[in-house]
Amino acid sequence: MTSKKQGDDSTLNVDRRGALECMLWAGTGVLWTVSGGVPASTLLGTAQAAETGLTFLQISDSHIGFDKPANPNALATLEEAVGKVTALPTKPAFLIHTGDITHLSKPKEFDDAAQALGKLKLDGHYVPGEHDVIDEGTGKAYMERYGKTARGAGWYSFDQNGVHFIGLVNVVNLKAGGMGNLGADQLAWLADDLKGKSASAPIVVFAHIPLWTVAADWGWGTDDSAQALALLARFGSVTVLNGHIHQIMQKVEGNVTFHTARSTAFPQPAPGTAPSPGPKVVPAGELRGVLGITNVTYRQGSKPLAITDSTLAS
Amino acid sequence: MPGTARRRSSGGGRAAAAAAAFALFFATGAFAEDATVTIDNFTFSPPVLTIKPGSKVTFINHDDIPHSIVDASGKFKSKVLDTDESFSMTFATVGDVSYFCGLHPHMKGSIVVTP
Repeated sequence: MTSKKQGDDSTLNVDRRGALECMLWAGTGVLWTVSGGVPASTLLGTAQAAETGLTFLQISDSHIGFDKPANPNALATLEEAVGKVTALPTKPAFLIHTGDITHLSKPKEFDDAAQALGKLKLDGHYVPGEHDVIDEGTGKAYMERYGKTARGAGWYSFDQNGVHFIGLVNVVNLKAGGMGNLGADQLAWLADDLKGKSASAPIVVFAHIPLWTVAADWGWGTDDSAQALALLARFGSVTVLNGHIHQIMQKVEGNVTFHTARSTAFPQPAPGTAPSPGPKVVPAGELRGVLGITNVTYRQGSKPLAITDSTLAS
Repeated sequence: MPGTARRRSSGGGRAAAAAAAFALFFATGAFAEDATVTIDNFTFSPPVLTIKPGSKVTFINHDDIPHSIVDASGKFKSKVLDTDESFSMTFATVGDVSYFCGLHPHMKGSIVVTP
């Protein structure tokens, strides 16, 4: 652990504890707590959300319209997820949806998703998944609904409680043989967006496809993510939230914590355990144990962000 | 078009009939045979399909996840194919056509159109 911008004697311990907490994933949702600019996770339903700090919710891969054997009713499981959130003792500050809101980009799918998510009564920050941009207009339906104030194909940033949030789009202009793609325009915008930001500002980046390579042969990565991460390298705390792979994966690399959320619709196999990343059919009664949401809490001080995944069954 | 510029033989009915049959043979694309590319487990099969000019190729998706067919050179793309949906395209010109899935670009295939 070399010099950290915010470094003090407690930083190393905090990071170690953060890493240990990462092993506690259980359930379907992640509650994210940002503390002292470093992310950490806790189980949804525990009391930490009531502590002072910024807590926000991550929902991913709702796939509204999906009706195949892996989950014949993806709308019902999204509604269950929403119900779990509204039952929390502390209301999250806002929602981040990391894409694949719909399955086929159809108007009714967008409508159904919006109606279900509207019951959260939270401000929403969205990025598209590849399933959200497959209408005739290649993302027109998504942009009309969620991208009106965004740049390019839907990227943007905002600040809350001293945390800088960046929503990136890596599901358009995909290249033959490639994975996710950010593109030169978006990378230039990102460089400009970060210009002048203090290195001690906690950064949360969210995008649909993982920004690190989880499984190249399944396309689970982003071709030019290294360029984005290079722009983020000077910051003391960077948290990257993704979806797409319908399972929890976490990696800590230097000052960057990567985390993928569960889907609210259907699970996908772990890399190398199946011939393809197609929907994984689990025995009846087990589905809700593999679907979930994520909560993240940020607390001022010297503690890491807390990330809590919880399942619909928990 | 093959057959259209063929010189009519002056040898009478038999030659004329042969010429007509020859023209019909080409006009209906008798060398062209329809072919199918299936999508299972995020894989195009066969990954390389060799056809004659004028052959119609039907892509059919057997996965529970939608896929699409996008020409790598940008000349065509299919609509999104949900489960068991298909897209057909006739390839008239000799040459190689590389394509990929617009949702999952690591999925690649090619059509080789040979004379």
